[in-house]
Amino acid sequence: MSLASSLPSISSNVPEAARVPTLTLFMGIGAVLLFASVVGWLLRWRLGGDNAVVANLNARINAWWVMVAVIGLALLGGRTGVVVLFGLVSFFALREFLTLTHTRRGDHLALLACFFVFLPLQYWFVWHDWYGMFSIFVPVYAFLLMPFLACLGHDTTHFLARATQTQWGLMICVYAISHVPALLALRIEGFEDRNLLLIVFLILVVQSSDVLQYVWGKLFGRHKIAPNVSPSKTVEGFIGGIASATALGASLWWITPFSPPAAAAMALLITLMGFVGGLVMSAIKRDRGVKDWGQMIEGHGGMLDRLDSVCFSAPVFFHAVRYFYTA
Amino acid sequence: MLDRLAGRFLILLARLLTGAYANWVGCRPEPQQRLYFANHSSHLDFLLLWGLLPPALRYRTRPVAGADYWNATPLRRYLIHRVFRGVLVERNRKDAGDNPLAPLQAALDAGDSLIFFPEGTRSQTDEMLPFKSGLYHLAQANPTLALVPVRMENLNRVMPKGELLPVPLVCILTFGAPVALGEDETKAAFLERARQTILDLRA
Repeated sequence: MSLASSLPSISSNVPEAARVPTLTLFMGIGAVLLFASVVGWLLRWRLGGDNAVVANLNARINAWWVMVAVIGLALLGGRTGVVVLFGLVSFFALREFLTLTHTRRGDHLALLACFFVFLPLQYWFVWHDWYGMFSIFVPVYAFLLMPFLACLGHDTTHFLARATQTQWGLMICVYAISHVPALLALRIEGFEDRNLLLIVFLILVVQSSDVLQYVWGKLFGRHKIAPNVSPSKTVEGFIGGIASATALGASLWWITPFSPPAAAAMALLITLMGFVGGLVMSAIKRDRGVKDWGQMIEGHGGMLDRLDSVCFSAPVFFHAVRYFYTA
Repeated sequence: MLDRLAGRFLILLARLLTGAYANWVGCRPEPQQRLYFANHSSHLDFLLLWGLLPPALRYRTRPVAGADYWNATPLRRYLIHRVFRGVLVERNRKDAGDNPLAPLQAALDAGDSLIFFPEGTRSQTDEMLPFKSGLYHLAQANPTLALVPVRMENLNRVMPKGELLPVPLVCILTFGAPVALGEDETKAAFLERARQTILDLRA
């Protein structure tokens, strides 16, 4: 098959109704990133290549280009592309999370099950649209089976702490993150075939909230909001970031099934949960004595450093939409 | 050719699974004759240490491994001789007069670098075992050889001794500054100091 004839078949994974808005949004994102890259180049030119803050900023912007490209490719793959992408994201996140926990030899079987049984099954249920299963699989079945597998290791030292940490990892990195592709399973009247846009909305709002909180904090941050948990978060960054990301969310109402005020309320919910996620995950890092979850994404740290807010906002957003917008 | 491909494939697999990365803290990856010595807890150890060296260095660096284990099956023999180009040591000597370090010395004399696990075997617990005297004898016989300590983190959790399947956790390899044998340093003092450098290496 020639490239030209294969292109329409790839894009046919994206339903007709979602194509134009998705393309428009990606062009908008591309324009914003281009602007950011130009600012980054100018800063490096003015302040020199050895300025650490500017170097980190440029690394972050470059990583954004890659992340946007990866998400774009996954969307082209339609439902399967999105499920596979977030399955991999869960895998990397879980790997980072469990690396920092104190498991022992006796947990080997339970850990293997997390990566090679529970994670694939959860995404398989999501791919199959099996709401009744994916919404309870981890909190019921995995929750009860995992400590049993740990028992088979015949080691009771710190048993509760070990079992809890592993379950936490599974809840945050697999269960919570799987609610992003699960958005595709929602049946919203008058919004058929456009569920990909819900994912775009969620990710755009939550990530721009992170970036805007960072920018507002760097520009106007004076008062630390939780110095013991996350020293870089400020009251000014919190208010400015949440307010501007909520406004951005409201302005995106046309890609969602929401009215403009409802889009603002959803965006506010997403950004608040995202803030909570950032704070909680930061507390875990501090407890473990590390600054970043890993070093997978240049300039950002690990996968979980970029996703901490998504972990907390995705399930809540999913259930809010499900409650208010599905029959 | 095929042997190198097999090596690359194994390295790729191990790196995809463990997301392992190298931290060159005390030295850089340079084409200098070296003996890398590290803590030992899993079969993945030397695959990752060897695999994280730049290719040009990797093919001049040979892992030291136990002959009893690696000569036991055809697959293991193929891997250790053709893919990793390992140097095998007899751990259970029949004749007390044999020098078990002779094959290592031969490799060093030929200009190769070595990957060496001074504990002699994989640790069953999370603790590092005391070092055997091999490291001391090699240091004594090769005064110009750079002894580079490497701390391998999390390998014991990825694939503990006796387990078949690896759990994907992130592994970090930290390369420290070379350790040299002091002029009047005793064997026990040197081995303890070398062991402590690995314990002290933190990313």
